[in-house]
Amino acid sequence: MGDSKLDLLQGTLDLMVLQTLAAIGTQHGYGIARRIEQASGDEVLLNQGTIYASLVRLQQRGWIDAEWGTSDNNRKAKFYSITRSGREQLEKDAAYWQRLSDVMGRVLAMSPEGNL
Amino acid sequence: MSSLLRGVSRAYAFFRKPALDAELEAEIAAHLEMAIEENLQRGMTPLEARRQALVQFGGMNLAKDQHREARGLMTLDILLQDLRYTFRTLSRDRGFTLVAVLILALGIGANIAVFSVVNTLLLRPLPFPNAQQLLWIAPPPTKCGLSCATYSTDAYDEFRTYSHVYQDVTGYFAFSGPGNLALNMGGAPVPATSIDVIANFFQVLGVQPAVGRGFRPEDGNNGAAPVVVISDAWWRRQFNADPNIVGKAFDMNGTQTTVIGVLPKTFDFGAVFSPGAKIDAITPLNLYGPPRDWGNIITLIGRTKPGVTLAQAKSDAVGAAPHMCWNNKQPGTCGTYAEKNGEGGVVPVSLKDYVSGKLHRSLVVLWSAVGMILLIACVNLSNLLLARAAARSKEFAMRGALGASRLRIVRQLLTESLVLSFSGAALGLGLAYMLIVWLAHQGAIALPLLSTLHMDGAVLAWTLLIAVTAAVLFGLAPGLRMADGNLQEALKDSGLGSGQSRKHDRLRSILVVSEVALACVLLVGAGLLLRSFLHVLEVDLGFQPERAAAIKVDYNDNVPNDKDGSLTVARRGAIFQNVLSRISALPGVEAAGISDYLPLGQNRAWGTPWIKGVKRPDKNPGSPLVYVISPGYLRAMGTRIRGRDFTWDDGPKSQNVVMIDKAFASYLANFAHWPNNDAVGQLLVDTNTNGPARIIGVVDDVHEESTEGETGWQIYYSALQASPSSAQLVIRTTLPPASLAGSVLGTLREINPKQTAAEFKPIQVLVNHANSSRQFFMLLVAAFAALGLLLAALGIYGVISYSVTQRTQEIGIRMALGATMAQVQRSVLGKTLRLALVGIATGAFVSLLVSRTITALLFSITPQDPITFTAMFVLIGSIALLAGYVPARRASRINPMVALRNR
Repeated sequence: MGDSKLDLLQGTLDLMVLQTLAAIGTQHGYGIARRIEQASGDEVLLNQGTIYASLVRLQQRGWIDAEWGTSDNNRKAKFYSITRSGREQLEKDAAYWQRLSDVMGRVLAMSPEGNL
Repeated sequence: MSSLLRGVSRAYAFFRKPALDAELEAEIAAHLEMAIEENLQRGMTPLEARRQALVQFGGMNLAKDQHREARGLMTLDILLQDLRYTFRTLSRDRGFTLVAVLILALGIGANIAVFSVVNTLLLRPLPFPNAQQLLWIAPPPTKCGLSCATYSTDAYDEFRTYSHVYQDVTGYFAFSGPGNLALNMGGAPVPATSIDVIANFFQVLGVQPAVGRGFRPEDGNNGAAPVVVISDAWWRRQFNADPNIVGKAFDMNGTQTTVIGVLPKTFDFGAVFSPGAKIDAITPLNLYGPPRDWGNIITLIGRTKPGVTLAQAKSDAVGAAPHMCWNNKQPGTCGTYAEKNGEGGVVPVSLKDYVSGKLHRSLVVLWSAVGMILLIACVNLSNLLLARAAARSKEFAMRGALGASRLRIVRQLLTESLVLSFSGAALGLGLAYMLIVWLAHQGAIALPLLSTLHMDGAVLAWTLLIAVTAAVLFGLAPGLRMADGNLQEALKDSGLGSGQSRKHDRLRSILVVSEVALACVLLVGAGLLLRSFLHVLEVDLGFQPERAAAIKVDYNDNVPNDKDGSLTVARRGAIFQNVLSRISALPGVEAAGISDYLPLGQNRAWGTPWIKGVKRPDKNPGSPLVYVISPGYLRAMGTRIRGRDFTWDDGPKSQNVVMIDKAFASYLANFAHWPNNDAVGQLLVDTNTNGPARIIGVVDDVHEESTEGETGWQIYYSALQASPSSAQLVIRTTLPPASLAGSVLGTLREINPKQTAAEFKPIQVLVNHANSSRQFFMLLVAAFAALGLLLAALGIYGVISYSVTQRTQEIGIRMALGATMAQVQRSVLGKTLRLALVGIATGAFVSLLVSRTITALLFSITPQDPITFTAMFVLIGSIALLAGYVPARRASRINPMVALRNR
């Protein structure tokens, strides 16, 4: 069923959600999804629905909080915000991603002859 | 930490599924509306705005599933799914479900019931606090019955003084007979059974009366006010559970006796110490009164100090034995207990061993038998499931093709097995419960602790264990086989005669063969036990129980101021003679007589009489058991006499006479120089009469202790020359004994208005009681064997029937090509026979190996008894053929045209 692909996607999406909430504060699911799409310059084709699985996961780990509230145009929606432990986790994960992408960058920059 | 948190919230989420689903729906709805709104602001048409919002959202159901998976317990969700699916498929396939659950219920039910018995008799400690400290102290069995298995009151005192490992030692009077207590509450006296115990009896056992108190030391003293403690059962039956009974006095055996306590329901004296007997009342034994001179009368029970081992207790007993006197007024009797053969005469064993140790082997055999039944049931189920699996292989191949993982399919199948198994276990628990309640009320079975049988936590845990084990056993093979199936092949497979089904076929044949083999082993075991039982029934008991019955006669031969006892004897003679002549006159009575003890009941010995003028051997060979009888008793029992019977003239003033049994006569003949070695007419000394006694008759050896054990020796005294301890009237009739009960009791009442309504017991009942434990085990094993046979037959039928169905076409072609009905039948029966023969051969081999382990349970046959083996093989072979005949007949009736068209 292609489990490994899903795992990577999950991890990525969770980190994006955390970062979004850290950046813009309290937001509802639709807002987070839109924000990620905008931030990625619409390069990520996000199935907006998948964000809810990510949100419940993060909530169960205690990294984000959720509360029902009213949106700008008076619509009832569930609003999410990042918690303290969420911020700590974000720091860790962001550093990890940074290192991984640095390494990937260096590895992919290898020339065919093997000298840098 | 966060993973723990997550686990908790997941479990929480599982149980709040509907609420959380609704919340998600609301959230998604809000999401879509916001998206639509934004799209509208961008200038889309409402329709387009909605379409775009849905596209951006992606798969709605996928999102919901992911959400549920992320928040809840998928495993439980799947389990519920599987359960729902299982209930659906099982209720669609009612016939299969019914048969499967029934087979399992029988298999598991039998296991639960037997486990309860094993648990009660073998695994659980006796129902006393710290029961492991309780020891039974007795001499090893010798040839003089209870008199050599008990101690005198002096010996009890000395043992208590000179043993050091006990907190305290107690005992009870071993010679109380049933119906020894007459309760007079106005009207006819009611018979009951009481036991005299040493006053510290309840303290040593750790039994607290439920109401009132137990005995105090002074209750057993000379001149103490008569008191009694009654059993819970008697309290309910006789006294309507009177809550204020303590302190009330009743006329018992003519003495006003005060009830001081009621025993708890959990303590049943009979269940522990005399299986099959009902003990209603317990009275204190006066150690320093008349029992002082009664010789060996007490059985000893000790409670050791904490931490004392059996070995320590044994060596302690060896140290105490030399101090024990039969009667301490006769110094010559001191130390006699220590002498009895090699082990000494004072041997402690754990009370539990004494109570149920003899049954150990029988119980293990029984347990193995039900284990085999469960195995057979599992094999059978495996077989049924395989047949079902064959039919469902395409369904599973399809599911595999649609992406179900192998694990998922095995899990689904195991769920199905578990559901079947637990349904079977639930039904089996019901069956076992009924069986256990029924067994607990079988007073006639001489098994200890039977009345304490009940279901407890251990039984439920055992049920759970075997239900799960069974499910895995019968579910795993078909499950793996199914999940293993080659996708393409299964989908292509038309189901008729191609590779996959043939593999199924082979596996199923192996299962059937093992089923037949197991059934074979069970049958051989049951056959051996059955034949042993029949042999026991054929044993010549030395008396003829059919059409004879006994009833206890109450009489009073007491004559005040009777100096030499002759007046008492005369009075007793007159009473007995009157009773016997009145009873003999009743229509249907062929013979009547009186004895104080009956065979297979209680017994006692009075030393070893010896030949006049011959020196005795140094070593005591054992003593004959004593019966004090009236003229006519032996004829009423159907015991043959060579010589003459007692007459009413064999009284205190005439020549002392005795009768002895053949075995004792021929033992004595080894030492005497009797003409023709004939004991009749010879003189014995050291009898219980004044002066030597002449042997007037030699009688058949009577099985006085057990039906299957060796017979001991017996000596008979005339009731006019020795004192009987009670009077059991035995009659022999031409009618069914029970039909005389009323008239016999009526006549006894006319003679003595104080006669209790004693039980009129056919002698056959005594014999049955003695055989009851063997019969119990035999019947259970036979029932299990029959069940095993039935299951094996079902298995054979299933496999043959299935193969006939599969080969319908092939058979059709054969018949079209000229095969006759007989040929078709022969080929199907041939297959059956092959399966059966392989099974029987395997079973025979295993039986030969294991039958040796039940040698100790057999009676006068060898464990390789060829008749049993042959009979069982023929039986299982014919049952197998019968099971194969039904499908064979069906095969031969196949219409070739129909079979060929029905592709």
